[in-house]
Amino acid sequence: MTEKIMFPKPQVLANRPTHYCPGCHHGLAHKLVAQVLEELKLPEKTICVGSIGCSVFIYNYLLLDTIEAPHGRAPAVATGVKRARPDKFVFTYQGDGDLAAIGLAEIMHCANRGERVSVVFVNNTIYGMTGGQMAPTTLVGQKTTTCPGGRCKDREGEPFKMAEIIGSLGGTAYAARTALNDIKNIQKTKKAIKLAFRAQLEDKGFGFVEILSSCPTNWKMTPLQANERIAKEMIPYFPLGEFKNTLGE
Amino acid sequence: MSKVVFLEELCKGCLLCTQVCSKKIITQSSRFNKQGYKVVEIKPEDLEKCIACGFCSLVCPDSAIVVYKSVEEKEPENV
Repeated sequence: MTEKIMFPKPQVLANRPTHYCPGCHHGLAHKLVAQVLEELKLPEKTICVGSIGCSVFIYNYLLLDTIEAPHGRAPAVATGVKRARPDKFVFTYQGDGDLAAIGLAEIMHCANRGERVSVVFVNNTIYGMTGGQMAPTTLVGQKTTTCPGGRCKDREGEPFKMAEIIGSLGGTAYAARTALNDIKNIQKTKKAIKLAFRAQLEDKGFGFVEILSSCPTNWKMTPLQANERIAKEMIPYFPLGEFKNTLGE
Repeated sequence: MSKVVFLEELCKGCLLCTQVCSKKIITQSSRFNKQGYKVVEIKPEDLEKCIACGFCSLVCPDSAIVVYKSVEEKEPENV
């Protein structure tokens, strides 16, 4: 008779409180990334490229070698790192304001060139760190501080579906969209992160995972209501699933 | 017998664990931690209902819950 810890905390995850708001899914996404890195035995050879946004302090929470990239330029920095050190495992962790707005050119070209890097894209449909402005992924009708009447389709267009766009590019080996709103989706997210990391390890191409997550503070909701919003509003517009998989699984 | 430990100083009272708890025994307590959040708890009389599924630990964004499960022979695969 022994005691076993269920879902033990990964060693790569630092043992300190995070600055994230209550119910924020960043902590969960960090944990999943850390678990996958440990399962693939990568922490020693990993270089993480951080982005701007709430996840800017990822170097405080993941005990990895980290480079902080300028706003949106994480895929470009990752390209340089990977080309200089092809023996290292390189991934970026970016939010939607970073990846889909200012960094759109970088991510598109990085994916199109088929760089051997992996991208974890956390989509919470809002700029979290700067106080809830409209992002390119903000849903039509969603109220933010810069579209207080709700996003208008005629004026601002429809939200970007990044996983589909990246999946349509030639250099991409794996592109998927998952969510963090319930246990089943959390398990699927972990599998998707693993496949995106394996795309790089097996030298197949660019790996991309879009993770639908919540921002209870800027959505002006409780964490439980925010989880419901993911299921009721986000998933119908952002369908979950794999959009490209050349790994043969 | 399973055991659940709440690391109260890490808890932010988001209550995500209360929703996924398969026995719905995790509740918000009336205690505040140093950060000023109301922490969650399992009442002592409810602890024996816990089946150590570990979902609360899995879903906790702040890794504030540690679930110990008593295993006899074959260990279930860690997912």
